[in-house]
Amino acid sequence: MDSTAVDRLVVTGKSSAAEGVAVLELARPDGRRLPDWTPGAHIDVTLANGETRQYSLCGDRWDAHRYRVAVLREVDGRGGSAYVHDELAAGDPVTLGGPRNNFAMVPSARYVFVAGGIGITPLLPMIRQAERVGAEWTLLYGGRRRASMAFLDDLARYGDRVHVVPQDEAGLLPLASWLGEPRTDTVVYCCGPAPLLAAVEQTVATVGWAPHRLRTERFTATEVGAPVRDAPFTVELTRTGTTVTVTPQISVLAAARDAGATTLSSCEKGTCGTCETTVLGGVPDHRDSILADHERAAGDCMFPCVSRSCTDRLVLDL
Amino acid sequence: MTTTPVTSTALPAVAAVDPFSPEVLADPLPFQAALRDAGPVVPLTRYDDLYGMGRYADVHAALVDWQRFCSSAGVGLSNFRREAPWRPPSLLLEADPPHHDAPRRVLAPILGPRALRRLRERWFAVAEEHVDALLAGAGPVLEVDAMPALAEAFPLRVFPDAVGIPREGREHLLPYGDHLFNAFGPPNDLVAKGAPHVAEHAGWVNAQCAREVLSDDGFGAEIWAAADRGDITHDQAPLVVRSLLSAGVDTTVHGLGAVLRAMATHPGAWDRLRADPTLSRVAFEEAIRWESPVQTFFRTAEVDVPVGDTVVPEGAKILMFLGSANHDPRHWDDPDAFDLDRDPSGHVGFGMGLHQCVGQHVARLEAEALLTALAARVARIEVAAEPTRHLNNTMHAFATQPVRLHLAGL
Ligand code: HEM
Ligand code: FES
Repeated sequence: MDSTAVDRLVVTGKSSAAEGVAVLELARPDGRRLPDWTPGAHIDVTLANGETRQYSLCGDRWDAHRYRVAVLREVDGRGGSAYVHDELAAGDPVTLGGPRNNFAMVPSARYVFVAGGIGITPLLPMIRQAERVGAEWTLLYGGRRRASMAFLDDLARYGDRVHVVPQDEAGLLPLASWLGEPRTDTVVYCCGPAPLLAAVEQTVATVGWAPHRLRTERFTATEVGAPVRDAPFTVELTRTGTTVTVTPQISVLAAARDAGATTLSSCEKGTCGTCETTVLGGVPDHRDSILADHERAAGDCMFPCVSRSCTDRLVLDL
Repeated sequence: MTTTPVTSTALPAVAAVDPFSPEVLADPLPFQAALRDAGPVVPLTRYDDLYGMGRYADVHAALVDWQRFCSSAGVGLSNFRREAPWRPPSLLLEADPPHHDAPRRVLAPILGPRALRRLRERWFAVAEEHVDALLAGAGPVLEVDAMPALAEAFPLRVFPDAVGIPREGREHLLPYGDHLFNAFGPPNDLVAKGAPHVAEHAGWVNAQCAREVLSDDGFGAEIWAAADRGDITHDQAPLVVRSLLSAGVDTTVHGLGAVLRAMATHPGAWDRLRADPTLSRVAFEEAIRWESPVQTFFRTAEVDVPVGDTVVPEGAKILMFLGSANHDPRHWDDPDAFDLDRDPSGHVGFGMGLHQCVGQHVARLEAEALLTALAARVARIEVAAEPTRHLNNTMHAFATQPVRLHLAGL
């Protein structure tokens, strides 16, 4: 089986979706399928300057060969956004982790989507999905100024289901009039900056929505995750009794196999869970789609078909 | 005079073979070899609008390509877009994204390796108890039919408990699964034989999926809890429970049957497993590749799909031969041999892609528990008589497997 090493993508397109919002299209250099994803999912992207950021996928999952993400130019260019806007160009390589989804869509007859600024990105595929399954939905979309609000053209075709509220024209989002009445047939999805999330949380709590009917994702610009090591690291295989060097060209799984470890795998994409391995030492660089955040933080197991190491040395029960 | 080459239209002989005939079901390897040699995809002319795929690379590629090879039109021969399904379709197996997303997302962690840690000790203890009880009072050699005594009895003890269904009525589980797996095939004698009783079995199975019937600490209760959290709807919960009772019993019985057969026919492998029971995981995985207890599933072409020189037309059914892919010499060395030194990773016995078996970790844990318990007590598993096949349109199964268990230390 060919094991994926560091999963490299290439920027195949870059365009603008609004003032200060760049849209990137990413693909595999050899055109192979990309990992499957669901609305609300994000990927970890490591840029050539070494920074890792999370971006929500906002393209079409029926296109298995292309990812689309939107990147906001942050004030003072934090979190690699200046680099993406000013330097990154079509043809440049990036590395991929995930996709993972902490903001998954649940089945419902009705949805209310609330977006603040670039928080619109994970909601775009949700809206398409709501359309596809014939659910009722509305979008409440706030931003500073109309010119800075991405994807307004795409959203225009949905007519009066979409309520665009630029702050300089119309003030803050009228949350109370949209969420003021708790409903049992509706799920609210909200993504945006912390103050918007706080306001929505307060509104739904005050009027008595069931807590699980609100699902939020905070849009953060901070760098996340450990930087991918471009340098080799060593992996000690305690059961096999050897230590191997893992270069960027090879996966931990393949390196362990070459060294004679018995390792079962199946998907080799970090989705099926077959290769789960106990970590006895070192800090894994998780690239799978399986573990929840707290399980990642525990650092006691990893999926060596895709995951790597943050530390110079990793000790595995293999 | 002009001659028209006929080779482009002539079909290979294998195209006319019925893959669901008793002969092929009993011994599918010769048919599958011919199918692979005939091309990456071959029309199967016994049925309307049907194509067969048997090579590893093509089966693997089609299984992951859910966009073009869909499941919601049914993963059997019947096309749900033209015929009414015999039971409400599965929310997992017979669903495509986006409907497939939420049930799968709920079920995967409930059946995942980290969740199963809490069952591990108990299942190992039950396996020991089961083997001890079987061997109790036996002399140095016990002759048994390994199918009922081990392959059926052990999963029927641990799995329904883990789901949380009551003890009474469990005898419905195997015939229900048997009919379900037959019903993916054509309406042949196997289906006709099960049809008169299916309503009774299905009625019982459906009744076990209700919240009030389920224990409050099993997989079933966790599925209902997910509905309370809004991750699936309350209408979906019973059907998600049903997917466990449908797909989780016969499959593991015949998976265990496969690995027991491998151990009985490969005494050297059994010796090594006894010396190092951690090998039971590889042994089971290789047995799943080797026997492929789930032989086939269908897909439906969502659009015209070119495969090699053939275009599979939109709406056609494609029969994916998982067992054939697992025996494709283009991918595996000496594929028909069971080999404990082989790395069976990447076999498609549990499927591949979005629908890959969500219960695979459960099956592996059952196998590990049973093999480890047997390894502690049984020095040798000897074939007492040739096994007999249980024919099923989807499963490759044994009816009987008479063996002599030679007790260790006697
Ligand atoms: C050796 C034992 C088993 C084998 C060989 C097996 C085989 C398979 C295969 C080949 C598929 C893929 C179907 C497709 O692609 O259309 C599948 C799916 C599935 N299996 Fe298993 N299975 C086994 C055990 C289990 C167990 C123990 C459970 C339940 C705990 C289970 C539950 C399921 C479910 C619910 C699906 C549908 C998943 C989906 O469509 O997302 N299976 N299985
Ligand atoms: S092989 Fe599937 S998660 Fe690693």
